[in-house]
Amino acid sequence: MSNYQIITTDVLVVGAGLAGERAAIEAATHGLDCIILSLIPPRRSHSTAAQGGMQAALGNCAMGKGDSPDVHFVDTVKGSDWGCDQDVARLFVENAPIAVRQMAYWGVPWNRVVAGKKKLPDGREIEDTKDKEGLITARDFGGTAKWRTCYTSDGTGHTLQYAMDSIVVKLGITVHDRTEAIALIHDGTTCLGVVARCLRTGELRIYLAKSTVIATGGYGRLYGASTNAVINEGSGMFIALETGIVPLGNMEAVQFHPTGMVPVWILITEGARGDGGYLLDKNLHRFMPDYEPVKKELASRDVVARRMMLHIRKGYGVDSPYGPHLWLDIRHLGAKHINTNLREIANICRNFNGIDPVKDLIPVRPTQHYSMGGVRTNIDGAAYGLKGLFAVGEAACWDLHGFNRLGGNSLAETIVSGMVVGKKIAQYTLGATLNYNYSLVQDFARQQQERINNLIQGKNGRENVYKIRKEMEQTLMDYVGIFRNGPDLEKAVAKLQELYHRSLKIGLKSDGKWANPELASALRMPGMLKLALCIAYGALKRTESRGSHYREDYPARDDTNWLKRTLAYWKPGSDLPELDYEPVKITELPPGDRGYGESTQVKK
Amino acid sequence: MSRQLTFSIFRYNPNNPDVPPRMQEYKLTETVGMTIFVALNQIREEQDPSLMFDFVCRAAICGSCAMIINGRPRLACKTLTKDLPDKITLLPLPVFKLIGDLSVDTGTWFRHMTLKTESWIHTGKQFDPQAIEERMDNETALQIYEAERCIECGCCIAGCATANIREDFLGAAGINRVARFMVDPRDERTPAQYFEVIGCDEGAFGCMGLMACDDNCPMQLPLQMQLAYVRRKMALAGLKAGR
Ligand SMILES: Cc1cc2nc3c(=O)[nH]c(=O)nc-3n(C[C@H](O)[C@H](O)[C@H](O)COP(=O)(O)OP(=O)(O)OC[C@H]3O[C@@H](n4cnc5c(N)ncnc54)[C@H](O)[C@@H]3O)c2cc1C
Ligand code: FES
Repeated sequence: MSNYQIITTDVLVVGAGLAGERAAIEAATHGLDCIILSLIPPRRSHSTAAQGGMQAALGNCAMGKGDSPDVHFVDTVKGSDWGCDQDVARLFVENAPIAVRQMAYWGVPWNRVVAGKKKLPDGREIEDTKDKEGLITARDFGGTAKWRTCYTSDGTGHTLQYAMDSIVVKLGITVHDRTEAIALIHDGTTCLGVVARCLRTGELRIYLAKSTVIATGGYGRLYGASTNAVINEGSGMFIALETGIVPLGNMEAVQFHPTGMVPVWILITEGARGDGGYLLDKNLHRFMPDYEPVKKELASRDVVARRMMLHIRKGYGVDSPYGPHLWLDIRHLGAKHINTNLREIANICRNFNGIDPVKDLIPVRPTQHYSMGGVRTNIDGAAYGLKGLFAVGEAACWDLHGFNRLGGNSLAETIVSGMVVGKKIAQYTLGATLNYNYSLVQDFARQQQERINNLIQGKNGRENVYKIRKEMEQTLMDYVGIFRNGPDLEKAVAKLQELYHRSLKIGLKSDGKWANPELASALRMPGMLKLALCIAYGALKRTESRGSHYREDYPARDDTNWLKRTLAYWKPGSDLPELDYEPVKITELPPGDRGYGESTQVKK
Repeated sequence: MSRQLTFSIFRYNPNNPDVPPRMQEYKLTETVGMTIFVALNQIREEQDPSLMFDFVCRAAICGSCAMIINGRPRLACKTLTKDLPDKITLLPLPVFKLIGDLSVDTGTWFRHMTLKTESWIHTGKQFDPQAIEERMDNETALQIYEAERCIECGCCIAGCATANIREDFLGAAGINRVARFMVDPRDERTPAQYFEVIGCDEGAFGCMGLMACDDNCPMQLPLQMQLAYVRRKMALAGLKAGR
């Protein structure tokens, strides 16, 4: 049997979104050799799609006065429903302002404070003062006590990713795009790199590194209706899980965004509500103030999403061929505001729905949006279980977000963790050596080659990858959504186990040669089902409601029994994850009332 | 009631040169709100799983899915089939290296362009993590963002006569990129330095003025205006340098 090409480097970063690129920049500035792998050119990463903004307590704008890392900390911990590690949250809030300013230095054209009096959509008068003019301004986002979300019109992710990537290019960091990591290489104690498949030619390659960083983003596409890019399939998470040694944290914590546009599930940013948009039901009644008199549409995401579903369940949804939905109304903001500050939203409405939000209502429903769970790491970003393995960004469970992430905290996390963890990676790597056994390393690639050959030859069976996938998407939508309960979750687990077994019997319809896309999907399918099982099984076992995880049969948060994080391991040969638990780190803020929205639980 | 659509799709895999390029037909029943994204996925999942094409965001913000749709470079994800006739022809973008079928290598092209135009802020200042940010006029910030909205989809390049014959031409995307840094006060490059980069036939002077770029830009960037702006600056810089 032939041997595979080996490429070695100091730091191997899998994923070229904001988190991966920021970590690579940090490693490179410490003089380390670095290679980034990505499915696609870096600038097409999902980070580019973020519109709304990035949280950092700068306190420059009128409504941000008095903001500080302390206030940001409290919001983040409350937002997480006390599910986050507070030492991580503290580190994060202290560094977020530096991250935002560094991005300005690298070229992000943040919107700036303009002095003068303004009238808010709700009638309040505010005044931005001369002394702050020209500093970075912020907008309102859900679940924050102050206006803290820094933005560039509604292209925040785009400008951040382009500025970040420009530094990657400037530093001459090697990027291998159209390359997919399909397995981690390790010797049981240390991670040595990855086996990757070239998406231009289909060939397998071995990448070896002193440290390997998983920065592959979220797994939104496990769900049938998701705001995520179509490449967000969680592959970084499942290749870590498949080592059998590295656990995933809190996989049952899945965020649904209140406003996915029906029926294409493209996100209408929270900025729309932040700027004064509101939700209407089929009677054109603005219902959020009935449930959340103070925060209204800007209660925390999980809260708004649940209130919307509840309202739909009560029969106030607008019927459509795609199921009932609600309306988002931004018409009162006026053509000028909509066509400049909310231009991307306006374009999305026009291009994908044929409606004009200046005159028309936007059909919306809560949609899968973000994965709080991921590769469990410590505060230094080091993955549990394997030395030399790190994770950052949405792929990681660092754990800043606990059971609910606040809007704007994810872009901030990608960059802050890239910066802070990047430094730790550099320190580790500078003291590490790369020792590997040649035949062990080659064996990892051979195993993958064997999987590929079996798929092509139909050795294991004739199951159709796309059919299995559709059934998985539907199972998660139906039984592991916003409202969860024991019987449904049991159904989901059983169905997903069946699908998992079927996924081991996939056979290709096409020849599977070169960069064949059916082969790529078939290779991912069992791993995606493992993730789906971690989500469903973790949700079944967690008999309480916390943040985005809401159990109808256990509607209250249960701090006595569940102030802890789920760790999911996948033992070889098994068809269900093994769950373990660890306490959540509380350093400053003991569990209490979230203080906005849902201080009384959802009533049915 | 629903229309029967016929898709005529370019097929070729450069890894397998023995099979010559060809057009292959697929039939589909049109559904409400169908985009080329929806249609191509349906074809792949139900009829031909070997078909290669690229989508990432499916929301017209990442620039992955540009292709020639009935003769014009467009983003496939935001092209509704209802705006097209029954027969839809799909070809890969020209100029860029073909990966297979409808998939082309825009990544390599744009990285080269970024390097060539040195698309990063050139400044002698050091970043001070302790200091507050430098001030900027909000109007200026908005102006920079206007020029930065390019999503590197390649539509302007594919539709450009010069780019189709001159391999090194930076095209409207490249010129727009330079304009983005020219309007940015943080960038300390002088007009003469910019001239080095694009004051040539591969840059601002290669354009033949057919303006297909402007018509084809899915982001509706004012590419024509940007070219005029850069040319004016370059002409001035060229004059000064000549003296
Ligand atoms: C529509 C939308 C809007 C959002 N808006 C906001 C917002 O306004 N504010 C906010 O804070 N957050 C927002 N978020 C969340 C935020 O954008 C993401 O969580 C964040 O950008 C993730 O960044 P990342 O670097 O972790 O991963 P990504 O940007 O997703 O990058 C993942 C990278 O990994 C690569 N990759 C994946 N798998 C592999 C593999 N197997 N091998 C090699 N490479 C691989 C991909 O090519 C890609 O480069 C939004 C999310 C969505 C869906
Ligand atoms: S898929 Fe992103 S622009 Fe079309």
